[in-house]
Order: sequence, then C-alpha cells, then structure tokens
Amino acid sequence: MFKKLSIAAAAIALSATSSMAATEVTWWHAMGGKLGQKLEDVAKKFNESQSEYKIVPVYKGTYPETLTAAIAAFRAGQQPAIVQVFEVGTGTMMAAKGAVYPVYQLMKDAGEPWDPSKFLAPVTGYYTDPQGNILSMPFNSSTPILYYNKDVFQKAGLNPDVAPKTWAELGEMSKKIVSSGAAKCGFTMSYGASWVGLENYSAIQDLPYGTKQNGFGGMDARLTFNGPHQAAFWDQLKKWHDDGSYKYGGPSGGADAAPAFYSQQCAVYMNSSASRADVIANSKFNVGFAPMPYDDKVTKDPKNSIIGGATLWVLNGQKNKEVYKGAAKFFTYLSQPDIQADWHQFTGYLPITNAAYELGQKQGYYAKNPGSDIAIKQITRGTPDDNSKGVRFGNLSQIRDALDQQLEAVLAGKKTGQQALDDGAKQGNAILTDFQAANSN
Amino acid sequence: MVENRPFLNFLTHLVLILGVATVVFPVYLAFIASTRGPADFMTGVVPLTPGDQTWANYGALLGAGSTEAGAPPFLLMLGNSLIMALLVAFGKIAISILSAFAVVYFRFPGRVIAFWIIFMTLMLPIEVRILPTYKVIADLGMLNSFSGLVIPVIASATATFLFRQFFLTIPEETMEAARVDGAGPLKFFWDILLPLSRTNIAALFIIMFIFGWNQYLWPMLITTEPHYYTVVMGIKRLAAVLDGDTQWNLVMAGVILAALPPVLVIIFMQRLFVKGLVETEK
Amino acid sequence: MQTKRTVFKSRLLPYLLLAPQLIITLIFFVWPAGQAIWQSFLRQDPFGMKDTFIWFANYTRLLGDADYMNALGVTVVFSIGVTALSMGASLLLAVCVNRVIRSQRFYTTLLVWPYAVAPAASGLLWWFMFNPSVGIIPYGLNYLGYNWNFRLNPNDAMILVIIAAAWKQISYNFLFFVAGLQSVPHSLTEAAAIDGAGPVKRFWTIVFPLLSPTTFFLAVINITYAMFDTFPIIDSTTSGGPAQSTNILVYKVYADGFIGLNLGPSAAQSVVLMLIVVLLTIVQFRWIERKVQY
Repeated sequence: MFKKLSIAAAAIALSATSSMAATEVTWWHAMGGKLGQKLEDVAKKFNESQSEYKIVPVYKGTYPETLTAAIAAFRAGQQPAIVQVFEVGTGTMMAAKGAVYPVYQLMKDAGEPWDPSKFLAPVTGYYTDPQGNILSMPFNSSTPILYYNKDVFQKAGLNPDVAPKTWAELGEMSKKIVSSGAAKCGFTMSYGASWVGLENYSAIQDLPYGTKQNGFGGMDARLTFNGPHQAAFWDQLKKWHDDGSYKYGGPSGGADAAPAFYSQQCAVYMNSSASRADVIANSKFNVGFAPMPYDDKVTKDPKNSIIGGATLWVLNGQKNKEVYKGAAKFFTYLSQPDIQADWHQFTGYLPITNAAYELGQKQGYYAKNPGSDIAIKQITRGTPDDNSKGVRFGNLSQIRDALDQQLEAVLAGKKTGQQALDDGAKQGNAILTDFQAANSN
Repeated sequence: MVENRPFLNFLTHLVLILGVATVVFPVYLAFIASTRGPADFMTGVVPLTPGDQTWANYGALLGAGSTEAGAPPFLLMLGNSLIMALLVAFGKIAISILSAFAVVYFRFPGRVIAFWIIFMTLMLPIEVRILPTYKVIADLGMLNSFSGLVIPVIASATATFLFRQFFLTIPEETMEAARVDGAGPLKFFWDILLPLSRTNIAALFIIMFIFGWNQYLWPMLITTEPHYYTVVMGIKRLAAVLDGDTQWNLVMAGVILAALPPVLVIIFMQRLFVKGLVETEK
Repeated sequence: MQTKRTVFKSRLLPYLLLAPQLIITLIFFVWPAGQAIWQSFLRQDPFGMKDTFIWFANYTRLLGDADYMNALGVTVVFSIGVTALSMGASLLLAVCVNRVIRSQRFYTTLLVWPYAVAPAASGLLWWFMFNPSVGIIPYGLNYLGYNWNFRLNPNDAMILVIIAAAWKQISYNFLFFVAGLQSVPHSLTEAAAIDGAGPVKRFWTIVFPLLSPTTFFLAVINITYAMFDTFPIIDSTTSGGPAQSTNILVYKVYADGFIGLNLGPSAAQSVVLMLIVVLLTIVQFRWIERKVQY
C-alpha cells in the first residue's frame, strides 16, 4: 500500500517536473463566446502536439481593452509574448518600433520555415511593411459581403436567385422592395461610414483613401477620401435614406444593422463575411449571399475588397528568449493547412494560406456551404494595387469615429457629401498630425 | 401615519406602482430575454411575455454554458465576486467612517487638505489613469492577487462624504453629554456614533457591495489567471462575440443571476432600515 | 469647512484615524493621478518609448477645438438633466415609500434592482429597448405617431442618454433619501399636523429642510457621477452622436485616451474636466452648503 502511494507520488512529481519544463508563452486575446472557446482549443491542441512549449491564452476583454491592457503591461514590464490586435490598432503597433518583434524577423531568428508566397497576398499584404515583410501574424480576417433575404425578393417580384451586382441595381431593387411593401427598407450596412461604406467602397472602385499608398508608405501620409466619387456616393446614400431604400445601421460597428435584417425590415445587409454563422442562426427566412456591389458609374472592373479583423503581434522584452522560439513554433503550427482550414471553416474567417483554401475545396466544404467562398473570391479578384491593398493610418479608430459623425450629419440633411468628407478629412488629418508627432522624434 | 387621507394613500400607491414599473422595466426585459431562445430578440419587436426556454437557459449557464464560452464555471465566478464585494464594502465603510470621524470631531492642522485629497478620488475615473495605476500595482507586486483587486478601489470619497454629512446632523448635545459622562473619543465613537449611523451604514453597505460586485475593468486588467474571474467579466465574455452569433438568452440569464446576490443583500439589509424606523417611532 | 462646535482634543488620534484612507488614497490615487497630470504636458507614444515635454500645447489645442467647445455645452445640459431627473424621481419615490408601511420592503427591493444590474449589461438593455428595428419603445412611439430616431435626431439622442444615465442612479439616490427620511423625527411632523399644516406644506417646511444634508450630499455625488462615470452609457448607446450632439467631456476623454491611446491630449482633457468639477464642488461647499441645516 505504502509502496503504491509513493510510486504514485513519484509519478505525480515526475509529471509535474515535465510540465514545469515547458516554456510558457502567454497569449492575450479578445475573443469571447464560442470563438474564444475555439481559440483556446487551438492552443490546447498545439500544447498537446509537443511538450517543449505551452501556449497560455488569456482573455483580456474587448479589442480596445486588450490593446490597452497590453500597453499598460508593457510599460510596467509585464507584457505577454503574443497579443491579438484589431486592424484599427495596426497603425499604433507599426509605429511602436522598439516594442514589437516583427513576425518575419521572429521566424528567421527562430529558424522556422517561413515562405510569404504561400500566404494569401490580400490578407498578409495588409500587415506588411513597405519592403513586403510581414510584421504580424494574420489570425482572424474577414471582408464585407452582401447578405439578402430571398423571401422578400420573391415577394417584391424580384428573382430570388439574382443578387444586385452594382449599387445602381441595389437602388432599383430597393425601390421595388419598398414600393411593393415586401419590406420597409431596401438595404442596411454595418460600418456604414467606415470599413464598409468608405474604406471598402474606395478600394473596390480603385479610389485613393489617402496619400502614400493609403498610408503604407509612411506616417506622413494624409487622408484624401474626399474625392468626387465618394462624395457622390454619400449624397446617393442620403437620397436612398430619404426614400426608405437605405436604413442607417448606427455608428462604429453599426449594431442596428443586424436586427434590421433579421427582423425582415431590410431586405439586404452588408457586413463581415465572418457574420455568416450569425446570419444563418438568426434568419427565419432563406438567405442569399453575394459579393459587395460595385459602382458602375466609377468602374466596370471592381477591385478586390479589403480585409478587417485582427492579427497576432509579438512584443519585445521577454526575459526568457525561449518564449520567442515557442511563439515561432506556434505560428508555424497555425499556418498548417489542416489547422487553418479547420479554423476558417469553424469561424467563417478567411484562411491565410492558399493551401488551406485548396484543402477546403478538396474536402468539398464550399460546395456544401453556399456563400462560404464569396469572401475569398472577392479578395482575390484582380491584383491588389495601392488603393486596394488596405488602409494604414494611426489612430484609425478615431478617424472612423469622426466619419460616423459626418455621415450622420449628411443623413440628417445638415451637410452635403462633399462638405462632410472634406470636414472628415480635415479632422482625420489633424489626428494624423498628432499621431506622427507622438511617434517620431 | 399622522392622519388618514384615503386619496393621498391612493396617490402614493399609484405613484409607486407606476414609478416602480418604469424603473424595473429594463430589468424585466432582461428576464424575458433569459426565458427565450437566442434569436427571439433579434427577429421582431422585442417580446414582453416569458418564453419556454427558462430552465434550458439557466441550466445551460450553470452547467456548461459559461465554460463553453471559455469562462470559468459560473459558481466560481459568483464566489470571486462575493469575496471582492464583501472586502470592498467592509473595507470602504471601515476606513471612511474613521476618517469622517476625524474630520468632523477633531480640529487639527491639515484637516481641510486631508478632506480634499480624499474627496478628489471622485474626480478621475480609472480609465484615465489606468496606465500609471497599473504600473503602481505591478511595481508593488500586486498583480494577480485579491489585495491588488480590492485595495486600490477601497479609497472612497463617497462614503467619507456621506458620514461627514451624517455626523454633522447629530446634535451637539450628544457629544457634550458623552463628555460630561467622561467618555473618550473612541468610546464615544464605538458606543454612540456607530449605533446611530446604522441606517446609513446599511445604505452604504448595499451601494458598496454592488460597486464591488460589479467591478469589471480593473479585475480584467490586473489579473491573468482564470480563477480570479468575476461574474461580470464572465458575462462580458459571453456577450462580447465579435462576428459570431451572441447567445442573448444566456447573457441575460447571467445578468439576472448576477443581480440576485446584491438583491439578497438588499433584502437582508432592510431589517436595519426598518429597525431605524421603529426606533424613531419610540 | 465645518466641524462640531465642541471637539475632542487629541494630537495624534485624528491622524491615526485618517491614516488608512489617506495612505491608500496617496499610493493608489494621488501618485498615479499625478503621473497622469504630468502626462498632460507631454507628447508621448502609447508604449512610452519616447516623450517630449511640450508645456501647455495639449491645453491650448483644446481651446481651438470646436468639438471640444461643443462638448462643454453638451455636458452642461446632460449633467443638469441627469441630476435633476434622477434626484427628482428618487425623492418622489422615497417620500412615497416612506408613507407606506406594509409594502415598504417590497417596493424598496424592486427599486434597487437597476443598480444591481451589471453596468456592462445595462447598456445592452437600453440598446434592446430603443433599437429602431426591434426596440419596444420606438415601436410604441411610432404607434402614437412619433417617429423616434435617436441615430439622427439630436434631441431624441439626448433624451435617451439622460434617461439611461439617470435610471442607473435612481436606486442610489433612493436608498439615501429613504435613509434620510427615516431619521426625520415623527414628533415634528405630528406637531405640525396638529397645527393644521397639510401634507405638502409639512413636507416643504419641515421634512425637506431636515433632508438638506442628504440632498446636498446627493447633489454633489450626482453631478460628479454625470460628469465622470457615464461614458459607458454613452459608449453603448449613441457613441456621442448623432453629429457630436451627445459627446460629453468624459466620453471624449475616454475615446481619445482609452480607445485612441492619444495619451497627452486626453490627460489634458481630464485635468480640465477635473478642474471644472473641483471648482463646481468648491462653489457648492462655499455657497450651497450654507443653506444646509445640520
């Protein structure tokens, strides 16, 4: 009896030391709900796949809370090895030269295989420096697509299998939907003044959002989204708003847009491709999926859309350098086609490698799940150019806030599209001047 | 009651019923949401009658629901919140009744400055001084500890100010009589001031308990270990779904469950309120 | 600053009594707050890698910022609205509860629920109630012929944030008003009743003056609440819109500092905000407190 116990004790002690030996790599993230669970699952599977490193995921609240927590911790010397940062924080992270350990450098130092050509360029391109080096590890990326209510289309006498291809078509269809009484409004969108309604509108129509390749070329870039086409588009939104075709989805994320679509008040809804699961769960009607409409008054050849979401940044200053080896190993693990495909198919986020996309095709995933590859096709059409590679500006969240207020002024009839975008650009450029001053000596 | 006025009594109840109905309505709505399916609140005008998912939702939350969302078990979070709330409530009341006693019943150099220093804590929300405050806690080695969670939020101008207001209303004769009886300041405090303050302590206890109970940002920032999770952190984590579908029913069930312990505290504390009433009737 | 006319005499004791609170306040509040004030004179990147001392540039900038001046005005309207609504409503409810005896506990328990609901969740509740598509209140108002749209109508938005902020504070005010009312001796009101004073007159001439220490306390607390602790409500309802119409000073501090990580300018804003409230509080202590009957 006593012998058995002591053997058991020895075994416990042994297993304890072996787990002690694993180097802990902390990973602060902002994913709640089911996604958070899936994320922890990914970490767990990595930990089980090898015994040298242990990824410790810690939930740190919303995106802004997580970023602030990481910065507070960095200033106090308590930073995590990896932190998940949303795309509007990208400018802040890129400017923090000494605080960030660029991913391409990390992989090189750790001797991990790293071939940027295997990644989907529109995804990683958003996070590269001007020399094309990838600075952070794409984790959850998405792009806006169009969802529509097939039942309402049918009721309005439209073909439920044909989605609007252009904004003009969307306007026509909306008028028909409203006048036939099939629904109260034609369309609504999330991020109406920012990610969807301005950043992606500009990218798809190949219009500049700012100077210096939309900010990729340096911190002295300034905003130029107040072009005539964008202004005309905002004026058009106002007209659609007045005749009931368009319903404003609210500021920032546009939280009012989803219930307007789910309650069948609006027939069309534009939001992140990662909302697909949410849309399916909440729609008591047949949903159609389509690419974002383009403006045929501006272009006949729509460009790729741009992404949003978050990436994983590695922070400098860990005392134990082994931690960085662990982070590099983890990133290699994350890039594996099966891991990527599983994450992409479960969450609805874009895959980051071509191999993961091909694996999904082989598995027949896209055939079984209509609409699930629209986002991938949309970001990979054509070659990304300076206007469609993405936008990179410091304090983008504040620029977006300013634009929300401007679009509201347009919809309330206080400003024209041109005035509002001019004012927005002025406010945004003041924010950028500040940012540049704070981040350079 | 001094006299019986049927119309006034009727009016009183009418105001109360209407007032309570208005004030409680949002809470009622949360309850309704917690009895329905996840999509019911997004697909039409918000319903006003309970659904049939009550047991399923609460069962799921107390069972696997919160762990499925990546948060620790619900009961563990309730326990953490309870520890935090009790420590905050007792701590705040203890230190501030002492300082209010000092400010009102003594004259000493630096008295006004001390009061204003304490008072200023009302005026800079934690979000503004979060980076330096975090650094202080980190330098003192208080990250990931209950002392780090509780002590920085204990300094309360509210409670000191309330006790000051109350002490000033206590008639001068009370203290004069005590001094004639030869009572020193501590005896006076213990035997006379403390019992007199009971109603206010009860009201403050409720407020401070709830304040501690509902802490979110501070625990989120300074802890990295799941066993410090508070119940509000858990709710936020359930609700903060980025692009996926939010389980509104579970979130609202969490809100209702998390509000129950504070409400129990209120019911318990009310005995002190009513006692106060009886004593003034004497 | 008031004390008792007669006071205890002791050199050491008052300092000992003050010590716990003062020490905690100095370490965990004054020290970091001092650093925040220092920050208001700096231009600094979020990670603290480099900083430049720029004197008052962060302050002078505010003066030229039209949005900031607009936020000042919005804050005045908002704070007065919140304080008046939440104190008025809770005083009325407290007086009523104090009149009833048997159902007192029942009403009190219900009235404290709003405070017990986690702040993180109350924003969600307001969003559900006022949502233009699924909210019950726009639905009801529409039925009555009013086209509610707080996303575009500044007045609707202001009403919404005032109600939401006042609601959260009603329980708080209510509890302290009840506590205050219960310490009013019944002998006084009874004597007045015998003299033939009606209930309304009795309230204003006897009860309300005796309540003035509580009212003064709550007025100070509510104004600081409205000016400092309401940004989560703004954040979860209007985000300061439409077109800046509900952008109060503290929300700007939060948006610039916590979300935008624009540390220097946001620290300057919070210092200004703090000075305003300190001034307001001094005014309250100097002039209003004279009318308070202790």
